[in-house]
Amino acid sequence: MASDTDTIFLKLNPILQECFDDDDIIATPELQANDVEGWDSLAHVRLILHIERAFKIHFSASEVTSFKNVGDLAHAIKAKT
Amino acid sequence: MDFFSDLSWLLPAPADFRKQCDSLTTTSGPLGRTVRTLATHALNEKQLGRLSRVISELSSGGADLSSLTPFRLGVIGNGTLDLIVPTLTASAARHGILLHSVQAEFGQTIQEALDPASGINRARPDAVLLCIDYRALPNLTTPQGITDAVTMIRTMREGFRRNGGAFSIVPTFAPPAESLFGSLDRAQPQSVRGAIDGLNRELAADVAKSSDVLFDVAALAETVGLANWHSPAQWNMAKLPFSATYLPLFADHVGRLIGAMRGKSRRCMILDLDNTLWGGVIGDDGIDGIKLAQGDAVGEAFLDVQRMALMLRGRGVVLAVSSKNTDAVARGPFQRHPEMLLREKHFAVFQANWNDKATNIKAIAETLSLGLESMVFVDDNPVERGLVREILPQVAIPELGDDPALYARAVLSAGYFETVAFLEEDRNRADLYQTNADRVALRDQAGDVEAYLATLKMEIVFAPFDSTGRARISQLINKSNQFNLTTRRYDEVAVEQLGKAPAVFTLQVRLIDVFGDNGMISVVICKPRDAKTWEIDTWLMSCRVLGRRVELMVLREILANAAANGIERVMGVYLPTDRNAMVRDHYEKLGFSRAGQPGDGSAEWWTIAADTEIEAPPMTVRRSAHDTLVPA
Repeated sequence: MASDTDTIFLKLNPILQECFDDDDIIATPELQANDVEGWDSLAHVRLILHIERAFKIHFSASEVTSFKNVGDLAHAIKAKT
Repeated sequence: MDFFSDLSWLLPAPADFRKQCDSLTTTSGPLGRTVRTLATHALNEKQLGRLSRVISELSSGGADLSSLTPFRLGVIGNGTLDLIVPTLTASAARHGILLHSVQAEFGQTIQEALDPASGINRARPDAVLLCIDYRALPNLTTPQGITDAVTMIRTMREGFRRNGGAFSIVPTFAPPAESLFGSLDRAQPQSVRGAIDGLNRELAADVAKSSDVLFDVAALAETVGLANWHSPAQWNMAKLPFSATYLPLFADHVGRLIGAMRGKSRRCMILDLDNTLWGGVIGDDGIDGIKLAQGDAVGEAFLDVQRMALMLRGRGVVLAVSSKNTDAVARGPFQRHPEMLLREKHFAVFQANWNDKATNIKAIAETLSLGLESMVFVDDNPVERGLVREILPQVAIPELGDDPALYARAVLSAGYFETVAFLEEDRNRADLYQTNADRVALRDQAGDVEAYLATLKMEIVFAPFDSTGRARISQLINKSNQFNLTTRRYDEVAVEQLGKAPAVFTLQVRLIDVFGDNGMISVVICKPRDAKTWEIDTWLMSCRVLGRRVELMVLREILANAAANGIERVMGVYLPTDRNAMVRDHYEKLGFSRAGQPGDGSAEWWTIAADTEIEAPPMTVRRSAHDTLVPA
């Protein structure tokens, strides 16, 4: 059953805020690593692990490296939930 | 939910964990104990990272963390350390250590050890944690593989010792989840699994000959399951040496090892009795009624708890009892129950009385001349655990969950008794503490019990006898022996008649608190003695809610209803049995005056005016319909 995209963004908000320790982050489709302080490759791995746990899904290595922005990420989550 | 990855023996993290972390940075005074208490929750990776950061800030800002023992740890490995290292400081604080970690560059292992100018060696750590796994040993399955691996690891250890003045924390190796030959792997060193089997044994023997410390990562991985421990995806993605799910567990194990090196291991286990060492309540169920038997699923679980206690005692852990019971009743099973594994001689202190457990645990610690930091307290009752945590935060207290079958696992998984060396004299240490299993004198009450009770948000529910409660009311009336003033028994038919008799006042009492609904915990029956007097025919209470001021609230309810019914005096009687000595002073403590006693001591009469003011204890009251309603 596919999740509603809005629900996914709502659920992503606290994960992003927690991961980057910044309560002002808002998950938008355009948001990308360059926009967020501390979003380096390691933080990216951390974020993916958190998302995998929160949504109970699993990303393949090629997916993990293909996300260009939060929109891509939400799209992939939607396809898996 | 997973028992191990969730650190289920620890209390869940408080809802305002972030806020508590932040408030640490603005608090002055000694903070070590607060930090340790906050760390002693089941924190996830993120929470560990946050608390670790706060601890490091406090430490570099000169805050008073003196109750924690400083320790410098170097960390090297062939995988990514960046996710492991941030979880270590908070996990070490849980075990009494103020940890400062120094992390090597990615993949630097031998080089860090052999170069005197390496980052690790220059930091002069107390110890170096070798976070290496089987992927660091590509030639392991060659004929010389095991010997070469042991030699390589020894070279590292000697390097850090020589160049950094540090000893090493040496891991065993978790075998991969995949086999090569199948079952033959175990006997076939040409498989990675077979080779690792041999390597771990040689490594353990090699480390035992030195002052380095073995960290049995293989046991940890096997405990949670190799297929869970190893995540090929996470290794491929970020070279994580094990699944991130187990970061908190891994970090806790590092913490407990370092704690053990610095003498933080616990030395004494204090056990509750009813529903901890046996099923049921000895004072009510009697020796024949408690559950403790082979062949009975519940009884077996409690035998496991006893077996665990005996094994720990065999390796030098001192045992003590703290139970809310009459002393002679509590000792009964130890003296006479055929299935009991534990006997009185196994306990250094046997404390059975009706005082709060914090006061008792403090007395036990003083008797044994052990610090509260050496104590572990095992009790099935969350309220007792909460009280002791509140008043004596130094005492370690495992969460036990609902199933006695997992009690022993919870205690042993917490790592309270982690030890890095075992000497012959340790074996007999428990005997050295043996007094005559006497009760010890109590000092002053250990802390503010009232304040703790207020945090329980108790709600007491009063109702007259009704058809819904009838079976349970009758069961309590026929089963309760200890907190039972008259021990009068009524069957269900009699209970129904009492409930319908217009002149009889009946009360069934439930208690709800933050831990849940305790169910029906008290029953009262008052019968008219004359037009102006009620006699309390029956008053009983479950011992599980002792010390919660429930009896005060019940008395208020009785008096209010008496007054509303035009009654002026309420009389109580204590009929002594060999089981109910604990309520001998019940009426006196509640403010009744003595109203006579026949010469043979068979009954003690007490009286109180119905308009006596009783101060309300901290709980809210809810009522369902009585014939005469009393305003709340």
